[in-house]
Amino acid sequence: MFLQTALLVLRKDFAIEVKSREILYTTLLFALSCVLVFSIAFVKEGQPLEDAAAGILWIAVEFAGTLALGRTFERERYSETLRALLLAPASRAAIYVGKMLGIVLLLGVVELLLAPLVAILFHASLFAAPALLAALLAAGTVGFAVVGALFAAMLVRARSRDVMLPILLYPITIPVMIAGVRGTAALLQSPPDRPTVTMWIMILAAFDVVFLTLALWTFEPVMTE
Amino acid sequence: MRRAFVPMLLVAGLMLAYAPVMIAQGAYEQSMGLISKILYFHAPSGMLMLLSAIVCGVASALYLWRKSPAADRVAIASAELTALFGLIVIVTGPLWAKKAWGIWWDWEPRLTMSFVGWLISVSYLFVRKYAGPGSDKLGAALAVFGSVNVPFIYVSVNIWRTLHPKTTVVPTLPPGMRGPFWFSAATLFLLYLLLLTARIHLERQRATLDELYLAEED
Repeated sequence: MFLQTALLVLRKDFAIEVKSREILYTTLLFALSCVLVFSIAFVKEGQPLEDAAAGILWIAVEFAGTLALGRTFERERYSETLRALLLAPASRAAIYVGKMLGIVLLLGVVELLLAPLVAILFHASLFAAPALLAALLAAGTVGFAVVGALFAAMLVRARSRDVMLPILLYPITIPVMIAGVRGTAALLQSPPDRPTVTMWIMILAAFDVVFLTLALWTFEPVMTE
Repeated sequence: MRRAFVPMLLVAGLMLAYAPVMIAQGAYEQSMGLISKILYFHAPSGMLMLLSAIVCGVASALYLWRKSPAADRVAIASAELTALFGLIVIVTGPLWAKKAWGIWWDWEPRLTMSFVGWLISVSYLFVRKYAGPGSDKLGAALAVFGSVNVPFIYVSVNIWRTLHPKTTVVPTLPPGMRGPFWFSAATLFLLYLLLLTARIHLERQRATLDELYLAEED
């Protein structure tokens, strides 16, 4: 029942997105613009700085993710559909999980394009260990989405939510950024430093578990008026 | 607490007045010189920042799941004090670091954690001030997430890089510095208690005033 509700919410978001593709396209384009801006800051005499690719990849994901979160929940504000969702006789936590999975999927698609692009543009051997990269990106994205979906949902009714989301989200997701960037940097060494990458994936997994539990627990009292 | 407030205020005032004398008479640290006196201010403020952050986290959790308005008042009061003592910590720290390490700032675990912790406390105050209706629960969730986050930040930056004097510095202080240190710590702790009490009292009066307005309208 729980999973069914979550998947139903996910399917609803997916159906809306497939029709307009607005969030996917804007998020992708935004991520590309981020990469462009960073290329100016972190390329010296045609050569990217050491480990720059790792930072650029993760910052682009985090910034684009913030934008996507804002847009996804902005959509729910039109004609008060979020209230309708919350009034539905279903577990609140399931609704949260559905929304969160939507963000994870969206960011997954963005990363599918972003990672090869960063690898090419910054001469980074990101794909030396594809399975580890995939695990790192997946664990990091889930961690970001777990916190992001909760805060974006809480902020739907708040004033000045556009500024508030990054202000709240970035300090809380600092561990995700550190683990993601350091893990990717270890991956970029030749040969890839596998034990270090695995350790960062473990830290990310621990973060995911703790914060998912906390978010499932908090969503109910926070969304009750 | 209210009856003890005025005597406590007097004691705290006297202690604050005497603390500089005591610090000036404390043992002179040879390698660092005068700049080492920052310790008497910096380390206790750091302890109080951590203490009030923990109080804020626990009070917020109580507010979120027990819906106790008193817990919310404690949370907002201690969030303000976290921001205040955090500011003292991250201003006095670099002043000392410039002399000791030759740099103002370094991204090592304790510094990063204090900075992020301070940022979270300030964003909590922002939420309470600017987010409008429902901001109390938003802030409470932020405080709970923030306090759970601190160990993660510590562990990850610890693996990433480690310069700050270890926590073992305080217990192993030379005898001439131990007296002034704990005196300063006690003084600041008393100040913290006074500020917390006064701030909670203010929130309580605001709540009472709101109730009275509502009663008047009905």
